[in-house]
Amino acid sequence: MNLTPVQLNWALAGTVVVLLSMATGVGQILSRKPRLGINPHAVKAFNARLRAWWVICCLLAIAFLSRELTIILFGLISFWALREFITLTPTRAGDHRALFWVFFFFTPLHYLLIYFDQYELYSILIPVYAFLFIPLRIAIAGDTKRFLERVAKIQSGLLVCVYCLGFAPAILYLDIGEYAQRSRLLFFLIVMSLVSEALQFIWDRLYGRNVISESINGTRTWEGMLGGSASAALVGLTYHLFFHPFHEYWHTALVSLLIAVMGFAGAMTMSAIKRDRGVKDFGTLVEGHGGVLDRIDTICFAAPVFYHVARQLLMA
Amino acid sequence: MFTEALLTTLARLLSGASVRWIDSQPDTCQRIYFANHTSHLDAILVWSALPSNVRKLTRPVAAKDYWNGGWVRRHIAKTFNAMLVDRKEIKVHKSPIDIMLRELGNTHSMILFPEGGRSSGESVGDFKSGLFYLSKKRPDLELIPVYIDNMNRILPRGEFLPVPLLSCITFGPPLWLEAGETKNEFLPRARTALLQLQETQRD
Repeated sequence: MNLTPVQLNWALAGTVVVLLSMATGVGQILSRKPRLGINPHAVKAFNARLRAWWVICCLLAIAFLSRELTIILFGLISFWALREFITLTPTRAGDHRALFWVFFFFTPLHYLLIYFDQYELYSILIPVYAFLFIPLRIAIAGDTKRFLERVAKIQSGLLVCVYCLGFAPAILYLDIGEYAQRSRLLFFLIVMSLVSEALQFIWDRLYGRNVISESINGTRTWEGMLGGSASAALVGLTYHLFFHPFHEYWHTALVSLLIAVMGFAGAMTMSAIKRDRGVKDFGTLVEGHGGVLDRIDTICFAAPVFYHVARQLLMA
Repeated sequence: MFTEALLTTLARLLSGASVRWIDSQPDTCQRIYFANHTSHLDAILVWSALPSNVRKLTRPVAAKDYWNGGWVRRHIAKTFNAMLVDRKEIKVHKSPIDIMLRELGNTHSMILFPEGGRSSGESVGDFKSGLFYLSKKRPDLELIPVYIDNMNRILPRGEFLPVPLLSCITFGPPLWLEAGETKNEFLPRARTALLQLQETQRD
């Protein structure tokens, strides 16, 4: 059966809805039957995560329909994530003007350049020009206390929340096939990072022995990281059978593995920042919700690597 | 009406404010909300954090010398039904306390910044005596401490461009002036109640 890329997208969307509905059903059954002996906190966490997945998948449907809307959507997500990042970072009054530029100049400009497909410009705008501008602006403000530390914090926030995440919608501009095919690649990146996160979580719970770093996250283990990544590669292979994101099956497996490892890296790094600030979530200011940044940390780290590997593999 | 919607939405978007009520509930009874003051947006934020039926009865107290200057400021002050109090010219029988109490009547509540002016936001300054004299004349008013967090980073004193971080507004449990309590006992007590909300934030 040969489907056109657009039909394939619909098939994919259908599959995702079916899988999510099944998972939601299981979650509901588990939450109503506490006697099955499963930790109720785990069930609650599972259901909360599922809700987030539904939201993310609904938003992803936008990517299938419109490139412009996807850019705007990711721009808003970046903006909000940066808000959460800087809110938790202690900055001083002297940083105010620099922060204004970061929020209202560099962030919109970065996404504007992605929108106009100016790879040569947006790939250096933040790492070079914003990197040089931020310390200068803070120096002009004249507050020397913990100068380098404050500069580095603002630079890191901008790099992680805006620059790295920006490579996710940039996938929609890769010079390959039809638009439907490119949007499926973005879908692959995001779903694989969510799936690998879930798989690592499951492996941690079932087989976790050797905790990687007690002070950062007491539940993340080497078994979870390796097992989760390997299973992510297997999931990627299954995906390849139907949707062929890359030319070779082992390309898909390798890229899946890479997404899983980078996702792990993102989650660990962000955990370290959160522990340092003594909070559980970036979104603690909004009660009862994890922050946006808590949901997208894996994608932030996986996106730039995925973008460049996909570029090499598909455009070579 | 239009200005109200516009300003409240704008203030909320810029401040990303989340609102918490700790041991306290929104109510239409007569109250004085007293808050720390670090930015121009504070009054609008506290006001927009209240439910609309409470909001209709609540009036921010603002400095007449500032908010009476120019059409825009007058219009904004009118939109929020602000009580304009002269902090420069104080006359006998027309003291700010008397004006506030008269404007308060038997239905309204008010938002007050007892530090007297905007502070840098790193610490909460000493309270001016207004809060004490108000509750001495009207001991039935509930005094609600309101802690505004992070606004000093969003729109600090002396800056005109905001940086859109996330702020948090915490309403605390009511307190009253105790019988026989002196000014020097009461004002630090009220200030401590406000600072305690800051502590709960850090948990």
